[in-house]
Amino acid sequence: MPEETKSPAPPPGGEPAQKPPAAAAEKPVPPAKLAGPVPTPWESPLVTKLKRQYGSGVREANTYLGQDYLVLDPSITNEILQVLRDEDEFDYCVDITAVHYPKQEKQLELVWILYSFARNQRLRVKTTIADGESFPSSVPIWATANWLEREVFDMFGIKFDDHPDMKRILLPDGWKGHPLRKDYGIIQQDQEWVKINLGIESGQ
Amino acid sequence: MTDPTTYLSHLELGEPDKTFLDSNELIINMGPQHPATHGVLRVILKLDGEKVLGTECVIGYLHRGVEKIAEHRTYTMFNPYVDRMDYVAAVSNGLGYCEAVEKLLNIEAPPRAKYIRVILTELNRLASHQLWLGTHALDIGAMTPLFYTFRDREEILKIFEKYCGARLTTHSFRIGGCQYETYDGFERDVKKFIDFVPPKIDEYEELLTTNRIWLERTKNVGKISVADCKALGVTGPVLRASGVKWDLRKAQPYAAYSDFDFEIPTGQNGDTYDRYMVRMEEMRQSLRILRQAVERIPEGPIMAKVPKVMKPPVGEVYHSIEAPKGELGYFIVSDGSTQPYRVRVRPPSFVNLQALDIMVRGALVADVIAVIGTLDIVLGEVDR
Repeated sequence: MPEETKSPAPPPGGEPAQKPPAAAAEKPVPPAKLAGPVPTPWESPLVTKLKRQYGSGVREANTYLGQDYLVLDPSITNEILQVLRDEDEFDYCVDITAVHYPKQEKQLELVWILYSFARNQRLRVKTTIADGESFPSSVPIWATANWLEREVFDMFGIKFDDHPDMKRILLPDGWKGHPLRKDYGIIQQDQEWVKINLGIESGQ
Repeated sequence: MTDPTTYLSHLELGEPDKTFLDSNELIINMGPQHPATHGVLRVILKLDGEKVLGTECVIGYLHRGVEKIAEHRTYTMFNPYVDRMDYVAAVSNGLGYCEAVEKLLNIEAPPRAKYIRVILTELNRLASHQLWLGTHALDIGAMTPLFYTFRDREEILKIFEKYCGARLTTHSFRIGGCQYETYDGFERDVKKFIDFVPPKIDEYEELLTTNRIWLERTKNVGKISVADCKALGVTGPVLRASGVKWDLRKAQPYAAYSDFDFEIPTGQNGDTYDRYMVRMEEMRQSLRILRQAVERIPEGPIMAKVPKVMKPPVGEVYHSIEAPKGELGYFIVSDGSTQPYRVRVRPPSFVNLQALDIMVRGALVADVIAVIGTLDIVLGEVDR
């Protein structure tokens, strides 16, 4: 789906490898490839509880490659995150990040990776929001969300409401653009910022 | 619900001069060009005399956009880049990345490759801890440990150099196993090293463990509680020194770690001294793992059957390992093409650095140096 957003030059060796399956289209090579792992429904007391409480707000509860994840409706995500920490011992927020899918209606997918020390269990919580939408901050739930959310803002432009310090973290404050979005090119940069602050024509 | 101001990581900066004259508060900059910040870290300190009222970290000076680069390289091409994040523990970075992609491809490295990986990773953990000890002690004012640790770290780098030609950014693993078979005498070299280094670790301890200056500078400095560690996502030796017996090598074993006997050292006070003791003991435990691994290293292939052109099926995976500094995770999203759709690196240094503020608040300026050292951050990894 994001084929054209990738760099135009195909990687070396890309062509020859694609040929064999194409040449032997009748052979069951492509199905064999598809027979890889598929997400399977994740059954657990936790999922049952959340489904009972939130109904269709829990859109998916699957396991892929032995890793559990939940896809939630954005309106209830923050509430469930709080529940996960308070009632289900997910006391360690490993990471907060995002993925940009420019072709989807709701372009940005937010991902929380959680861990429970007591259960030795990992869980991914995902939700999608539209471009330009903001999302409630998780800082009151896990203090570590502070820098992680700042990085998401820096890289994707997702604003978090009620974040104590919503500003860029890795890039300079005056920078324009959010580099990890798919519409931001790999050699793109804020030329104006570079000119003014570094006194050079281009950083390339 | 935690009060969001508990872990406030930014300062309300007023006009410094006015503040200074009014109430003796002073705002000063530490870094980004400061030898004790271990790279280009800028810390804005708000001081009342010698006392630290608050800090704000300004990071990003080393930002290279590693995650963006990943989206424009094939899985194989991105492999060497990860070494440049935590460059003092490059092997761990490579291990995490290779295992994450292997999981995505649903393949597994052969047992021999896993053992070679464990050996190199543990050697690198030792090297990383030695470098940490040397620089940390230097920051605090003890110069001798630096020479000792660098002398002994050299032996590890020699093994790396003989194995793959590189000393620091080794790029020693490939997706699916290792590219190189061990050289003749690899086991002998590692065994020699295992016998050589324990007296040296005792020697570092002799210099520091009961040294009065060291005790004064590290005991009860930069304390952090278990609750704060968990709230801030702090992992690695910092978490263990606060008393949590948690190590990913035991909790969720990867590579061949489930085959080995080793202890997870912990502390009680969560201060700089305990973190020092935890890391010292970790070095000894690494040696224990090394000894078992090198004696039991199985024969066999070192590469799994890996397609020349890697096209992992559509899906995503998160895999994390216990790097010398804490939990190092890779979240990789595949769209079925040769290039990853998204690679997210969960760097331990970045997350641990967030705890700096709560650890130094109320302490002295000199303690800031000790705490930055004890957090064991590498700015290449913080900024990526």
